[in-house]
Amino acid sequence: MSEVKFSKEHEWITLEGDVATIGITKHATEMLGDIVFAELPEKGSNVEKDGTAGVVESTKAASDVYTPVSGEVVDTNQSIVDDPAKINEDPEGGAWFFKLKIKDSSELDTLMNKEEYDKFAKETSS
Amino acid sequence: MEIKKTSLNKLHQSKHAKFVEFAGYEMPIQYSKGIIEEHKFTRSHSGIFDVSHMGQLFIYGDESLTEELEKIFPLDLKNLKQNCSKYSFLMNEDAGIYDDLIITKIEEGYLIILNAACKDKDFEILSNLLGSKFKMNLENNRSLIAIQGPKSVEILSSIINGVDQLNFMTGNWFDSDNQKLFVTRSGYTGEDGFEISISNDKVEKFVENLIEKGAQLIGLGARDTLRLEAGLCLYGHELNINKTPVEANLRWAISKSRLSNGGFIGSKKIMDQIQDGANQIRVGIKPEGRLIAREKTKIFDDTDRQIGEITSGTFGPSVNGPIAMGYVDREFSKVDTKILLEVRGKKHPANVCALPFYKKNYVKGVN
Repeated sequence: MSEVKFSKEHEWITLEGDVATIGITKHATEMLGDIVFAELPEKGSNVEKDGTAGVVESTKAASDVYTPVSGEVVDTNQSIVDDPAKINEDPEGGAWFFKLKIKDSSELDTLMNKEEYDKFAKETSS
Repeated sequence: MEIKKTSLNKLHQSKHAKFVEFAGYEMPIQYSKGIIEEHKFTRSHSGIFDVSHMGQLFIYGDESLTEELEKIFPLDLKNLKQNCSKYSFLMNEDAGIYDDLIITKIEEGYLIILNAACKDKDFEILSNLLGSKFKMNLENNRSLIAIQGPKSVEILSSIINGVDQLNFMTGNWFDSDNQKLFVTRSGYTGEDGFEISISNDKVEKFVENLIEKGAQLIGLGARDTLRLEAGLCLYGHELNINKTPVEANLRWAISKSRLSNGGFIGSKKIMDQIQDGANQIRVGIKPEGRLIAREKTKIFDDTDRQIGEITSGTFGPSVNGPIAMGYVDREFSKVDTKILLEVRGKKHPANVCALPFYKKNYVKGVN
């Protein structure tokens, strides 16, 4: 599996062959608070880089989930729809959101690595 | 304008509060455990709320004050016993609500608890209505603390002797730590609990003492989910100057004896609306599934006609599902009426339901 990359919208992405797994970062869940609702893109639909591909709601507010790369949705994680609290518990592991068959792996080059993202998250949250 | 802070601000910080601005005050929205944990802790144990931003208005006077206040509030204040509290509203001539409030008859006159965002305007309105005949004091030197939840009576009576003898919606002065506290058995969470008026220089120690006895600080986030589960209105959401108590389904708060004779501000409109029915009514709403419908969500019938709007909506941790309140056209206000909520461009099914979403019994008849 490839190195984990991160977007400015607080999504993480890993790549295995041409299938990417995408979720939201621990930092994002800490900012959102208790997540009580998740909506995922439809399997078979196509999503565009930086476009919306889902929604999460905390007790406080609703936030869009964006996709950091373009592709076709090949799988979604129904378990987080049934039990959204899982997103707070394991955001960068079991609580992934969706998997994409990516179109263009060079889109990943624009994303941050872990060190860059941690720095970005720290700067933008203060 | 500089943001105001309550006397507990440092204590909130030390408990890792996340702050928000609310009505010009820096207030804790949550602490480190988060809204759902705080909510559940209040329902099962005892939560402490800093509500010092709310107005504590003391009005001093005798029977002539009671007479003047009856011209303003739709309450039978003449027959209200000393130390008893009532929920009421300050209205304009069209029965539009300036504020909702709790008024308590005390030995010296009345104590009125006002919403933070409304208190200065309320003071101005009441000053104009009452003239200079009565001394009025919107307290700056006292904090207001609510302690809510089933363990609250045990915790508070271990610090203030005798509070367990208070009935719901009554209050009294108590002595503790060489000072006078005004304690009412009331609150806004659907739980048994108390509100304590205490001087600013003593409040931090007092709250630390409550924490030591097992209570925990709870933020405004959980206060909102708690009051919404209890079906209680929040000013600026369910209530505003364009809504009347009849529309807000708060007719129960108007004393029956005042409905026959009127004579309070807004009485004509209220009597007309009771006779003819209001066009829109506040109702409880349960979305199907897990969908959350926030404030300003449009409500439709099955013919695509808009019939109302959501005023508050969230996830109810004790109900374990989404809950909301809103106004709908009268013919859609019956329990179990099917409605549609437009969220992110799609219409989702929901049902009008009875309030509250979550019910507990308040303590009555201790004495």
